[in-house]
Amino acid sequence: MSTRLAKQGRLIDRSKQVTFTFNGTSMQGYEGDTLASALLANDQMMMGRSFKYHRPRGVVASGAEEPNALVGLGQGNRFEPNQRATTTELFNGLTSVSQNHWPNLEFDIGAVNTALARFLPAGFYYKTFIHPKPFWKHVYEPIIRQSAGLGKAPDKDNRDADTYEHFYAFTDVLVIGGGVAGLQAAMTAAESGAKVLLIEQTAHWGGRAPVDGGTINDEPVDKFVEQMVSKLETMSNVTMRNRCMGAGVYDHGYVLGYERLNDHKPGSQGPRHRLWRIRAKQVVTATGAIERPLSFAGNDVPGVMLAAAMRDYVVNWGVTPGERVIVATNNDDAYRTAIILKQAGVDVLRVVDARAAAGPLAEEARQLGIRVDPGKAIAKVKGGKRVKKVAICNQEGIGGAREEVECDAVAMSGGWSPVVHMWSHCGGKLIWDEAQAHFRPDPARPPLGANGEGFVVAAGASNGPLALGDVLTDAHAAGKAAAKAAGFKPKNTKAPAGEATQEAAMQAVWLMPANAEVQLRMKSWLDFQNDVKVSDVQLAAREGYESVEHTKRYTTLGMATDQGKLSNINGLAILADALESEIPKVGTTTFRPPYTPISMGAIGGEARGDVFQPIRQTPMHDWHDKNGADWEPVGHWRRTYAYVRPGESVHDAVNREVKNTRENLGLLDASTLGKLIVKGPDAGKFLDMMYTNMMSTLKVGKCRYGLMCSENGFLIDDGVVARIDEDTWLCHTTTGGAERIHGHMEEWLQTEWWDWKVYVANVTEQYAQVAVVGPNARKVLEKLGGMDVSKEALPFMEWRDGKIGDFDCRAYRISFSGELSYEIAVPASQGQAFWDALMDAGKEFGVMPYGTECLHILRAEKGFIMIGDETDGTVIPQDLGLHWALSKKKEDYLGKRAHSRSHMADPDRWKLVGLETVDGSVIPDGAYAVGEGVNANGQRNMIGRVTSTYYSANLGKGIAMGLIKHGPDRMGEIVEFPGTDGKTYKAKIVDPIFYDKDGEKQNV
Amino acid sequence: MSEPISALNHASYDGIATVEETGLQGMITLRGDLSDKVLAKAVKDATGKKMPGQREALVDGQTGVCWMSTDELLVLVPYADVEAKLAAMTNALSGTHALAVNVSDARAVFQISGMKAREVLGKLAPVELSAEAFQPGQIRRSRLAQVAGAFWMDDDQTFRVVCFRSAADYVFKLLKVAAQPGSEVGVY
Amino acid sequence: MLILNCPYCGVDAEETELAAGGEAHLKRFGPGSSDNEFHDYLFMRENPRGVHFERWRHSNGCGKWFHAARCTQTLEVFGTYSAQTTEPPQEIKDAITAKRPGWKWRDYE
Repeated sequence: MSTRLAKQGRLIDRSKQVTFTFNGTSMQGYEGDTLASALLANDQMMMGRSFKYHRPRGVVASGAEEPNALVGLGQGNRFEPNQRATTTELFNGLTSVSQNHWPNLEFDIGAVNTALARFLPAGFYYKTFIHPKPFWKHVYEPIIRQSAGLGKAPDKDNRDADTYEHFYAFTDVLVIGGGVAGLQAAMTAAESGAKVLLIEQTAHWGGRAPVDGGTINDEPVDKFVEQMVSKLETMSNVTMRNRCMGAGVYDHGYVLGYERLNDHKPGSQGPRHRLWRIRAKQVVTATGAIERPLSFAGNDVPGVMLAAAMRDYVVNWGVTPGERVIVATNNDDAYRTAIILKQAGVDVLRVVDARAAAGPLAEEARQLGIRVDPGKAIAKVKGGKRVKKVAICNQEGIGGAREEVECDAVAMSGGWSPVVHMWSHCGGKLIWDEAQAHFRPDPARPPLGANGEGFVVAAGASNGPLALGDVLTDAHAAGKAAAKAAGFKPKNTKAPAGEATQEAAMQAVWLMPANAEVQLRMKSWLDFQNDVKVSDVQLAAREGYESVEHTKRYTTLGMATDQGKLSNINGLAILADALESEIPKVGTTTFRPPYTPISMGAIGGEARGDVFQPIRQTPMHDWHDKNGADWEPVGHWRRTYAYVRPGESVHDAVNREVKNTRENLGLLDASTLGKLIVKGPDAGKFLDMMYTNMMSTLKVGKCRYGLMCSENGFLIDDGVVARIDEDTWLCHTTTGGAERIHGHMEEWLQTEWWDWKVYVANVTEQYAQVAVVGPNARKVLEKLGGMDVSKEALPFMEWRDGKIGDFDCRAYRISFSGELSYEIAVPASQGQAFWDALMDAGKEFGVMPYGTECLHILRAEKGFIMIGDETDGTVIPQDLGLHWALSKKKEDYLGKRAHSRSHMADPDRWKLVGLETVDGSVIPDGAYAVGEGVNANGQRNMIGRVTSTYYSANLGKGIAMGLIKHGPDRMGEIVEFPGTDGKTYKAKIVDPIFYDKDGEKQNV
Repeated sequence: MSEPISALNHASYDGIATVEETGLQGMITLRGDLSDKVLAKAVKDATGKKMPGQREALVDGQTGVCWMSTDELLVLVPYADVEAKLAAMTNALSGTHALAVNVSDARAVFQISGMKAREVLGKLAPVELSAEAFQPGQIRRSRLAQVAGAFWMDDDQTFRVVCFRSAADYVFKLLKVAAQPGSEVGVY
Repeated sequence: MLILNCPYCGVDAEETELAAGGEAHLKRFGPGSSDNEFHDYLFMRENPRGVHFERWRHSNGCGKWFHAARCTQTLEVFGTYSAQTTEPPQEIKDAITAKRPGWKWRDYE
């Protein structure tokens, strides 16, 4: 059984007991425990089930690389799936549940898959779920969906209770990893005067060196770590952060740090996670190395664990995963585990060493009475939910002549792989180190920064060296190199002297035994979470998958949430062997950020709830909100779609507003319309280029409706332009267009016509603008008093500055509704007061506010186009019958040349017409008109489409506009619009002006 | 004239720093040739300040001038004076190719003050805000999360942040999240 | 995520402050140009692996357009310069030559 030892546990505080639950059972642990160490202390070896076969899974590692021990943490609005027990700090009240099983962890129906495993090899899904095609929707897809996904998604109604944030940090040198290498590199860099940020993913400094032993400057490693940390803490140019993982390294020194502030104390004040968006001149990756499993049959049975993890549990948390342990290895380091276990009073039955000879650590083990078997291998581990027996055989051979030994845990070590993720994320290349049988950073090919030079330096074990002394020397050099590259002069110091027992060479062992028969290979796991075995990779190779990237996808090797931290190199070696190639030739899969999964909350940062995105508000926003506004997003703006009264439907409200505006008086908040001031001696010339119309000839005091095209000839915006004085024009843009058109103007002024004397300013938000519309519009303004708004004093398409009531304003006599209409601009800070005054004065004239849907219907009744409805980026003015707005006098304007391209002049282009349904119904939005015949795909030929379609309460029927092939020549013809509702809508082609064709109403 | 109302009417929040909408600030966007003496004099007459250099903010309270771009200044005057100052400026620049417009109502202004003011802003703008990198006398135009903004410092612990009026509600909510209790970063 | 120095306001701006504007140094063809000239002006763009010239705007900043010379493969930035020019200035070309001898982009080298 796994149990808490009487002594040891450098990270736990035995005076502080902590209560937590696992699958509803209450358990005890200590402060400083991880969830994994506490579960082991409670003899809970089995912590989950694998993804494909639902095999029992125990913890295999002690840190971020853990593939098995994934749990759902927390409850209700703090529930989170797929959390690694090995990196979860224990706290009082923690609740956890295991995953991927039903009905429970001990008895799981899905485990039947393991019995069927020989029928579910790699590629099973690809081969099976192909034919027959009709099975996809109703048979295959439900099956695949049912079995897809690991862990339970949080309840959608339980919104995350926590907050998150970003922080932009800037540093000369960023050191990722706070083990002895990271501490040393940070110190060396900081001593040069460079600003240093040091981040460490766990809650502790020093990494795994204190567990592995040895001395630094003749003192224990713990002591060295303590001294380094306290010295770094006093340095003003050093910032240190633990519980902060380096998640990804990106272009130009951009690095993401994932800080978990409150995971170990949920519900505390402040954000739960903080995403550090770091810009570093130089990055030192001191991310250590990860031990590799050995591939032998039954290496996935709970109780089989990485050798270094096993000693971590003993030394750090005072927990032993077993009472009778067998150690299997291909290197000397695993002997440290045997020795530490033995010294802790655990029975170490023997060390099975695949090599013929080992170094001094083996001798030390023997002297402690541990049996060492050279040249031996594990043939098979037996047991279901727990290791029961191990069959031992010779490493050479197929696994015959086995000796069985009863035990309850196996420690395995297949050598060490540097954590090269941070080096590789942004393009750092790797080289294969034959002696250590691992990939390590190639210092000649680092990731390149903005200046074309490398900006990442690997340090310590993540750079290849594994012995303590070598690690410190390497880290010291890395700190110097980074400081120098960041522009500082490193001090002439020496690396501290690290001493550890000498180790004999390791030997690459990719399979145990070397020529294991197929029954064994089918039980030798490479990827524990996704259930990929040695036999699967070999099958992929036989089926022709030569590229490691293809094999990965075919077998799902390394595609689980641990991203193959344990499995990749082993899988690669098996593939290389099967292809009769060499590992460096087969190459690695791509390392992509993040290093381990980071929370969606941290990625979103502050952008959630009511700050998910900016919502732009006009000065009258609150009034609209209090008066029944049904909101419509227009760009980032919120505009009122309709003002819904109690008891009304939205549709009722729209109809009421439409009728009232035509019959009495309507008010529209038009503040969102863009307003650009264009001024200068060349402003007229400039606007003549921007607009298709002639703007330079516009007289001061007058307005003109203008069209803007892109250089491609397509319509991009429209609006009314007013000439303010000799040098100054005010250009209205569409609501969504102010910033875009401002940018468009600046682009041409700055990059093409920079010698033209023109300045542009965006004054959109300086004004609250109200459209006062309807037969009573003049009456309400006259009641408020001030400027003369009579037909004579302020004719149609003119503007005046003056006062209305108490308000300084600019009044434009323009109309987008066909009614008598004024648009009045007042300073934004008086917008609400002005609106109130109009509402108050308008009572006797039947005033009602109206929204954007009413605006749309009124303009559609008049056949006025709307940018974004009648246009979609492929429509030219000629399509919309707007030839009158294309100046023939001008030699040039943006879009003019494009309009003479052959396709633009094609008589078959779809053209704007009005559409009137035969039965008065409303054509569905977006419907297409169909003609005779079918196209090559057997679809009805299309001859046009609806661009705007509404119910007009004024006309009592459905009206629409559309683009129809040869439309203007087909007046009176009936065209068909099949709807997605199965009905076909018949509509007559008519003139697009449905209401007041002569424009008499606006000209009063 | 009715009483002009700023976007959030002096809303405020206390967290790791104090955030306050400061009400209406007179602002004139002035575009022109910054090396032109006539322009410099117009600025001086309006604010008492010399022509600012690249990214300089020469501001005392509600009066001053900020460098916005190679051909653009932001002239600050008390809100009540803005029309008169603009008229004087327009008059002084009548023979010059320049553009001066009142944008006072198009903006919202916030003050962030306290020991942690730098950190609050450092969560929203991709800008180094350490005391060595950013000090009173400088202006920075950048973004505040998802909207454009500009800021300068009144003193070592006080920022003035300008954004578009329509985004005032968003920016205030952003600043409240960034200033929430317990969210000190411990860097600045 | 790139950092480019805005030659107008002097800020080292990260990409979230910038807006990309496509290829630099396009020569405009308007009315009177041939169909081929106009077509090339509108649609034909360089797509190099290596040295490239682009337009960027410091949109969340001073608002100015500027030019950048950089390597599309390594993201090395050779320099940024004014938008008010029809071709890369000599010092930019020299900076590229120092790092990428024998480079060629359109007719520049």
